Amino acid sequence: MIDELYREVILDHYKSPRNKRGIEAATCSSHGNNPLCGDEVTVYANVEDGQLAEAAFEGQGCSISQASASMMTEAVAGRSLDEVHSLAKEFRAMMAGEAEPSEDELGDLAALRGVVRYPARIKCAVLAWDTLEQALEGGEARGAAAH
Amino acid sequence: MDAEIVRKDFPLLERTTSKGKPITYLDSAATSQKPRQVLDAVREFDEHYNSNVHRGVYELAEQATDRYEGARSKIASFIGASGPETIVFNRGTTESVNLVAYAWGRKFLGEGDEILISELEHHSNIVPWQLAARATGAALKYIPVTDEGRVEIDAVEAAISDRTKLVAITGQSNVLGVMPPLEEIGRLAHAAGARFLVDGAQLVPHAPVDVQAIGCDFLTISGHKMLGPTASGGLYATTEVMEEMDVFLGGGEMIEEVLKDEATYKPPPYKFEAGTPNISQEVGLGAAVDYLEALGMEAVHAHEVELTAYALERLDELGGVRVFGPTDATERGGAISFWVEGSHPHDVATILDEEGVCVRAGHHCAQVLMRRLEVPATARASFNVYTTREDVDRLVEGLEKVKAVFG
Repeated sequence: MIDELYREVILDHYKSPRNKRGIEAATCSSHGNNPLCGDEVTVYANVEDGQLAEAAFEGQGCSISQASASMMTEAVAGRSLDEVHSLAKEFRAMMAGEAEPSEDELGDLAALRGVVRYPARIKCAVLAWDTLEQALEGGEARGAAAH
Repeated sequence: MDAEIVRKDFPLLERTTSKGKPITYLDSAATSQKPRQVLDAVREFDEHYNSNVHRGVYELAEQATDRYEGARSKIASFIGASGPETIVFNRGTTESVNLVAYAWGRKFLGEGDEILISELEHHSNIVPWQLAARATGAALKYIPVTDEGRVEIDAVEAAISDRTKLVAITGQSNVLGVMPPLEEIGRLAHAAGARFLVDGAQLVPHAPVDVQAIGCDFLTISGHKMLGPTASGGLYATTEVMEEMDVFLGGGEMIEEVLKDEATYKPPPYKFEAGTPNISQEVGLGAAVDYLEALGMEAVHAHEVELTAYALERLDELGGVRVFGPTDATERGGAISFWVEGSHPHDVATILDEEGVCVRAGHHCAQVLMRRLEVPATARASFNVYTTREDVDRLVEGLEKVKAVFG
């Protein structure tokens, strides 16, 4: 049962996070946290001509929040902003249990579907996405406010 | 005191999780479970005596008032207070500290004065003082704690001065279980001419308390952490202090006479009890006090020290677990904060939950202490009269699973 939540790919992203660094010349960035649990992420993004060229993050927190951030930075890199927003929407729908994840679309992110069965942890998984979208809109993200 | 027998009085502990695991309840520092005796007392009151207190002239109202006031007397005697008039009923520690910060603080604090608290404090003994400081111009100062969370008397001495008007400190840390030396701190506070408040939320449920021996001016009591109903509890204060304080909430019950532009107030403690109180809850708290007194608070404390020693030993054997706070069980109550190497407290709590083991993960409403310990969060297991060695064993088995996933 617990293996459904802590899939190998999630533990891999948690132990060896991808794109975990700051981007000094990022075109936008934002900080997000879950005050209740202390999970924190700062998301950096470089947007060029409507394309999200590069995304990175710094942060600390539980495996779900940090693995989700790591997977997200991989999933959004090189996509148009429209595609990024639709990916965010699809991810949220998966977290709300409204849609079966499509591995084609979400890739590694689909591994987070096990989180749906742990309501207390959904905000951990969504934190990086809230923060990215806030960065793209130019503001602060707060996980607690978003849920 | 035999916890195996005691736990049979607690119906909730008989249930299982949706996955069919027995409940291993290790979150008593957040809220305790309630014995049948308390549940029955609340039900009996609601079924046979429910009516408003201090108002009716009919028999039923008299009986309700007798039971409500009877609970006040029980609580007063439980903490060694001089009489029931020293107990204000309210929703517990948060409301009590706010009451003091408002009704005492707004009247007696001003520019140049200092409020002294410790780095151990729960947010309920921090934020009301921040508000009082902002409103009055007083400064909020902290007594630093050691790496193990001890409040050393030298640090208190160094922090206290003739500017100190109030020292407010926890009797037992909800995170580390550490028990600061209250009597010595109280003597220093009074020698400096300051008032002394003890946050008793975690102390009163777990150890014998005698307010006169401690020498505190205020003691807060949270009923739901001492086997009583939620929203029960109150504030102890000496009559002398209560008389000099302003009122807190205004409304019915707390007045003697109301004119168009002003009112006169009842003597304490009633001047602090506006509105209809949590009557059946306080009656339930009276039953919780009876229950604890029958067990004996010396025995309750000894049980928790023994269990804490056992848990510390098992965690040490397990390895890869960092325990915060003193490692000597005689210096602490039954709340153990820890960190399992390589895994975040939330992941620990989720995996333990899968096994029916309920622990708290997070900052425990003590972010100042978390920063002092340089951790964003901890996992915490906390005990009460119904906690057994078997509960501790289940915790350790669960932690073995955590290590298997994250190791």
